[in-house]
Amino acid sequence: MRIVANYKHYKELNEEIFQAVQAGVAELTLEDVNGQRFIADCLKGKLNIDIYGTPGNDLGMFMDGPTVTVFGNAQDGVGNTMSSGKIIIHGDGRDILGHSMRGGKIFVRGDVGYRVGIHMKTYKSNVPIIVAGGRAGDFLGEYMAGGMIIVLGIHNRAKKAEILGDWIATGQHGGAIYVRGNVDDSKLGNGASQFPLTSDDEIAVKKVLKEYCHVFGLDLESLLDSEFTKIAPLSHRPYAALYTCE
Amino acid sequence: MEMYSSVPEFRVIIDRQACRLCKRCIENCSFGALEWRDNKVKAFDDRCVACQRCVSMCPEDAIALRRTPSAMSAHPIWTENARRDVFTQSRTGAILLASTGNELHERVIFDNLLLDACQVTNPAIDPLREPIELRTYIGRKPRFVELEELDDSLKLKTELSPALRLEIPIMIAQMSYGAISLEAHEALARAAVMRGTTMGSGEGGLHKKLYPYADHIIVQVASGRFGVHPAYLEAGAAVEIKIGQGAKPGIGGHLPGTKITEEISEARMIPVGADAISPAPHHDIYSIEDLAQLVNSLKEATRYKKPVLVKIAAVHNVAAISSGICRAGADAIVIDGFRAGTGATPKVIRDNVGIPIELALASVDQRLREEGIRNETSIIASGTIRNSGDVAKAIALGADAVKIGTAALIALGCTVCKRCYTGKCAWGIATQDPRLRSRLDPVEGAQHVSNLLLAWSIELKEILGAAGINSIESLRGNRDRLRGYGLDHTMLEILGVQPAGS
Ligand code: SF4
Ligand code: SF4
Repeated sequence: MRIVANYKHYKELNEEIFQAVQAGVAELTLEDVNGQRFIADCLKGKLNIDIYGTPGNDLGMFMDGPTVTVFGNAQDGVGNTMSSGKIIIHGDGRDILGHSMRGGKIFVRGDVGYRVGIHMKTYKSNVPIIVAGGRAGDFLGEYMAGGMIIVLGIHNRAKKAEILGDWIATGQHGGAIYVRGNVDDSKLGNGASQFPLTSDDEIAVKKVLKEYCHVFGLDLESLLDSEFTKIAPLSHRPYAALYTCE
Repeated sequence: MEMYSSVPEFRVIIDRQACRLCKRCIENCSFGALEWRDNKVKAFDDRCVACQRCVSMCPEDAIALRRTPSAMSAHPIWTENARRDVFTQSRTGAILLASTGNELHERVIFDNLLLDACQVTNPAIDPLREPIELRTYIGRKPRFVELEELDDSLKLKTELSPALRLEIPIMIAQMSYGAISLEAHEALARAAVMRGTTMGSGEGGLHKKLYPYADHIIVQVASGRFGVHPAYLEAGAAVEIKIGQGAKPGIGGHLPGTKITEEISEARMIPVGADAISPAPHHDIYSIEDLAQLVNSLKEATRYKKPVLVKIAAVHNVAAISSGICRAGADAIVIDGFRAGTGATPKVIRDNVGIPIELALASVDQRLREEGIRNETSIIASGTIRNSGDVAKAIALGADAVKIGTAALIALGCTVCKRCYTGKCAWGIATQDPRLRSRLDPVEGAQHVSNLLLAWSIELKEILGAAGINSIESLRGNRDRLRGYGLDHTMLEILGVQPAGS
C-alpha cells in the first residue's frame, strides 16, 4: 500500500498507517515524507515500511518488530526506546539515535549525530545493534548498559572530521563499541576503556557487518581488512562505591 | 571499635525473666541485631534500626527498644546526627544515602492551615443522609461544552480528552518494583482496584503478575526507560513521564546490581546483577519542546486513548515550569513536594533541595489560572499527605487529587525505620529477599490500604458536609475555605489564604 505524506500532519499520517496495519497491510510505502514525526511509533509485528523523503523526529519509537527503510536522511530520535525490528537509513541519522534501545538493529549508511546509543541495554536474547557508516558525534554510548555500536568512518562527508566526537561512552557499564581504526584515549569519558578484540568480538562484528554490507551493497572484506578498536566498560557497577549508609 | 559505632542509637532491652528462649526474635531480625550466644539472646545494639519487628513478634512481650539516652554531650548545632554523618563520611568518602522523607525541616504548612465549617447562616450537610460526590476526573477539561438538542435529550458535541475516572481524589504514588517487593506492589494494585483509584508502576516496569490490575495502574516512563515496551504502555490506565521526584529533585537513581534479581530483571528488562542507572535527565528532553515531543510520542503510541501525566519535583520555578508542561500537552501535572519519601536518595539532596508542596501547589494553581489554562491540565499533589485533613487542604489549595506513598506503606506495615535502602525491610516491603517478602500477604495488605482510603473518604465527606459543600469539585482551589494560623504575611500571600480571624 502507498501513502503520500506530503504536508499531512503527523497525526493524520500516522492514523492512516495505523488503520492500514490494523487492516492487515504488511507492505507500506510512504512517499513525499516531510518531517512527519513518530512514524511507526509503537508499531508491532511483521511489517515493512519504505519511506521516501525525510521522516521527522522519533521514527520507530517504541517499535517492536517492523522493518523501516528510509531512502533519505532521518532526523532526531530514530529508534528511541525501541524493542525490536530494524531501521535502515540510506542517508544520515541525527541526534539520540537508538536512545534506550533494547533490541533490534539500526543501520545508517552515513553519519550519526550527538548522544547516539545513550543508555542502550541488553535483555536476554535482545541485543540492540547500531551501525554507523560515517562518523558519530559527542557522547556516543553514554551510560551504555548493553548492546553493540559499530562506527565505520566511511562515507564521511565532512572528510576532515574525526571519526568520533568527544566524551565517548561516559558511564558505560555494559555492551561494547567497535570503531574502525584507532581511537585516542582522550576521546573516552569516565568508566570506559579500550580493549583488544577477542575472537568472540571478531565473530560478532563480522556477523553484523556482513548483514550491513549486504543491505548497502558494500564490500565486507575491505572493511574487515582494517583494525578495529573496542571500547568497553571498566566495571559493570561503576558507582558501587559512591554511596554509604547512615 | 570506633567511637560512634560503640555509642549506638538504640538499646535492645530483653526481659530475661520473661524470655522463654524461643528464638523467634532472632529469626525475625533482618538486620542481624540479635544472635544466639551462650544459650541466650544476645543483642548487638549498633545494628538495631528500631524497626520493631522483634517487639511485635515476641510472644512474651519480653523485648523493648529504647533510644539511647545520649552519652554524648549535647550541642544545639552539632547534633548527634550531624556528628554521626561527619564520622561516617570521614570513614568512607562516600555520599550518604537516606530513605523516607526530609528530616531536616519539621514544619508542615498544612498544620498551619485551618478548614472552614458552616454555622447558622448556611446549613451544613449531613453526609450520612445526603450524597456527597468525591468522584474526580483527571485530565484536560474543555473550555466550554457544545450540546446538540435531540427530540427528548441532549447530546454532547464537544470531543472530550481521555480522562482517568477516580472514585476518590486519592491515588497511590509511583513506587517501583525493585524499590518495593512484588507483594507490596500487588497489595497496592489490589487496593487501587478495590477503591476505584490508581497506583503507580514506578519506573521499574511491571511484573506480569500485575497486568490483571493494569487498568488501575499508571505506568511510568522515566529516564532509564526500564521495562517500557508496547504492551506496558498499552496496558496502563495512563502514562506518567517522570521528570523528577520530591525526595531527589534533579537527581537520577541507581538501583544497585545486587538488588536486580531474576524477577526484577524481567520487569526492568535488564540483566541480573547489572546496576540499573536512571540518568538525571531524560536524554531526549532538554527543553519544553522536547517534553512536548515525548508527551506526543506517548499519545501516538497509545492512540490518544490515555491521559499522559508529567511528574516533577517542587522546585523554585515550579509555576513557570508547570505552565510549560501544561502547554507541552500534559493532561495532568504531578507535583511532588520536598518532604516526599523515597527508598533511597542522597541525604543532602533529600533534606536541602526543593520547596514545600503547599507553596508549590498554590503557586502553580494560581499561575495556570492567571494564564487561563487551568482547565487544560489537572494538578496532582504529593509529598507527605498524612491524613484526610491534608487531602482536603491540598484540594482547597488547588489540587485535583493527591497521591500517597508513605501513608500507603505504613498501612502495609512499614514502621518508618528509614532503612529501605538496605533492602532488608523486616516487614517485607522494601526488600527482594524471598524470606522477608513472605511476611507480607498481598491480600491482607490490600485490605489495609483499602481501609485507609475508605476511612479518609468518609472523613473527606464529613469535612465537605461540615463546610456545606456537596461535591469535591466545589472545594477545588476554593482557598476562601482555608485560613492561615501562625503564618507570616508573605507565606499567606503565596498561599492565597486569609489569616485566621479575618
Ligand atoms: S522472641 Fe521474645 S521470648 Fe522469644 S527469644 Fe526473643 S525475647 Fe525471648
Ligand atoms: S519500608 Fe521497611 S525498610 Fe522502609 S522504612 Fe518502612 S519498615 Fe523500614
